Amino acid sequence: MKQFDPGEGASIASITDKVRPLAVGMPISSVHFLGETAVFVGAEESAAIVGADGEISRVDIHGGAVLCAASDGARIVTGGDDGKVVALNAKGEVSVLATDAKRRWIDNVALHPDGAVAWSAGKTAYVRSGKSEEKTFDMPSTVGGLAFAPKGLRLAVAHYNGVTLWFPNMAANPEFLEWAGSHLGVTFSPDNKFLVTTMHEPALHGWRLADNRHMRMSGYPGRVRSIAWSAGGKGLATSGADTVIIWPFTSKDGPMGKEPAMLAPLQARVSAVACHPKHDVMAAGYSDGCVLMVRIEDGAEILVRRRGNAAVSALAWSAKGSLLAFATEDGDAGMVEL
Amino acid sequence: MSELTAQKIPVTVLTGYLGAGKTTLLNRILSENHGKKYAVIVNEFGEIGIDNDLIIGADEEVFEMNNGCVCCTVRGDLVRILDGLMKRKGKFDAIIVETTGLADPAPVAQTFFVDEDVQKNARLDAVVTVADAKWLSDRLKDAPEAKNQIAFADVIVLNKTDLVSKAELAEVEARIRGINPYAKLHRTERCKVALADVLERGAFDLDRILEIEPEFLDAGDGHDHHHDHDHHHGHDHHHDHSHSHGGLKHYHDEEMQSLSLRTDKPLDATKFMPWLQNLVASEGQKILRSKGILAFSDDDDRYVFQGVHMMLEGDHQRKWKDDERRESRLVFIGRELPEQMIRDGFESCITT
Repeated sequence: MKQFDPGEGASIASITDKVRPLAVGMPISSVHFLGETAVFVGAEESAAIVGADGEISRVDIHGGAVLCAASDGARIVTGGDDGKVVALNAKGEVSVLATDAKRRWIDNVALHPDGAVAWSAGKTAYVRSGKSEEKTFDMPSTVGGLAFAPKGLRLAVAHYNGVTLWFPNMAANPEFLEWAGSHLGVTFSPDNKFLVTTMHEPALHGWRLADNRHMRMSGYPGRVRSIAWSAGGKGLATSGADTVIIWPFTSKDGPMGKEPAMLAPLQARVSAVACHPKHDVMAAGYSDGCVLMVRIEDGAEILVRRRGNAAVSALAWSAKGSLLAFATEDGDAGMVEL
Repeated sequence: MSELTAQKIPVTVLTGYLGAGKTTLLNRILSENHGKKYAVIVNEFGEIGIDNDLIIGADEEVFEMNNGCVCCTVRGDLVRILDGLMKRKGKFDAIIVETTGLADPAPVAQTFFVDEDVQKNARLDAVVTVADAKWLSDRLKDAPEAKNQIAFADVIVLNKTDLVSKAELAEVEARIRGINPYAKLHRTERCKVALADVLERGAFDLDRILEIEPEFLDAGDGHDHHHDHDHHHGHDHHHDHSHSHGGLKHYHDEEMQSLSLRTDKPLDATKFMPWLQNLVASEGQKILRSKGILAFSDDDDRYVFQGVHMMLEGDHQRKWKDDERRESRLVFIGRELPEQMIRDGFESCITT
């Protein structure tokens, strides 16, 4: 496998001069696009909204750490250690959706395209959809991750030893997919055929929903903290190794019995991944601060940001795929128009 | 202390059986005027009378790692809470984790050995066990959790000493020493202990494993007991009894013991390391804590290690000083330790 050093070599195509640096002025944990507006969610208290003109405005969203964030393209919903679930739109308008009565941490949030919102505090998962009242469900252990299925109002809740699939508007008992260990994140494939969790140990676990067949995806040197479905759900790109690992999901068996693609090797760990919404291109951020654009087909790379001090913690494409934004744990941020 | 260690946030684990006085100690730590801010992870909200937005409720959720090792359990809630707390780095100086009265401290400690992200940001400072002078002797008989907590401790705060006679106090201290002669012991009333004695101890800092001598009753009894204590640990007595040395009672706990090994002859690293690894792999469920300072043949560095059950970490610490005795010392604290097997194994690693 080829190795190169983007910090020194000139052997790679570069668009670093096209990147507009953004002085967001705080450590960032995620970035989301609302139209052409980029919203950088800080690790604590605030979000920074960056309009198309490059103007940055700070908005207070939580009275402490921001523990989780999700976006549906129209708004961002965050959960904090102040026990609040907060929604933020591109105009910078903030509304509190819920406050935990015991001021417990809001550990996870998820959004459904039709406007439903889910969150969790401790072992309890909450769903609010349309005008119907809030539904709650207690899991056997603390919720690690939440994800709405692409079709219907169905929520996947990751916890210890598996995932609970819950239809909040139906009386039927939730389905339980079992796999030993601590499941910290969860995602449905865009075609609704597969469910994948990120685990506490350095591995993913998957289920084919038609028959609940297990898929083990392991071999990572570190925990997988960032995952993204490539355009059309053809592959699942993941962080956690010193290359981007992409598991194939094109066949009915998903990645079962197949090797993942390993792209863009660096001497640093991949810390964030984001896939282009339309093309087979993705962006990868690394633990040394480097950001690359990678063509999935052949692994061709373009340098977006040279390595710096801190790990890349946030990465996102706009819905049209014309803008890419990134930020690091120590608050360096930038945006590039393509 | 290395620079990297210094940047990591110290985490003190506070254990103790029900009613021993954990909350009293916690309140004391939080209310004392020390200019430091602590994030506190508790199991019961509301018991702490101090206003602090960094008090976090935990669920004490333990899960088994998928590595085929049954005693390899970690506190999943702690992984999650520490991850969240790190977003507020700079807002607090240290973290205190209070466990429930019935908790085993091992999963908390193991979380710091196995979790990469936890290790990156935080370091285990010490396990502090609060014990009730009046009731501990009884609990050691009927509550395995209480015994575990004493065996696991780096620091023992023997509380409520005002409720017992001198003789009763000597009795309970001897019981504690029968299980764990290595922990620092402090006698207190209402957990009145200098914070420096319970916080920032560096008990898990390899750089600070300097002395692993038993700590026999050093807390104010006025006696000097710095003679060789090895003879207390010959486990040829297999029943609960006490005997005296210069007026001090010594107990051997039938179930939980400590075992110390030492030699002046250099150890063969190629034999010792596999032996130690095999030992903790096969007997790790019985071994609660282990520690050692080692002198290897053909090696001018001191090697230090420590372990919790099956997990070990070790490193070269520093050069042996010219005037220093190159002596290897190991201690194990555990339950029904296979003493002869450990001694024989250790002997076989000594170069001849």
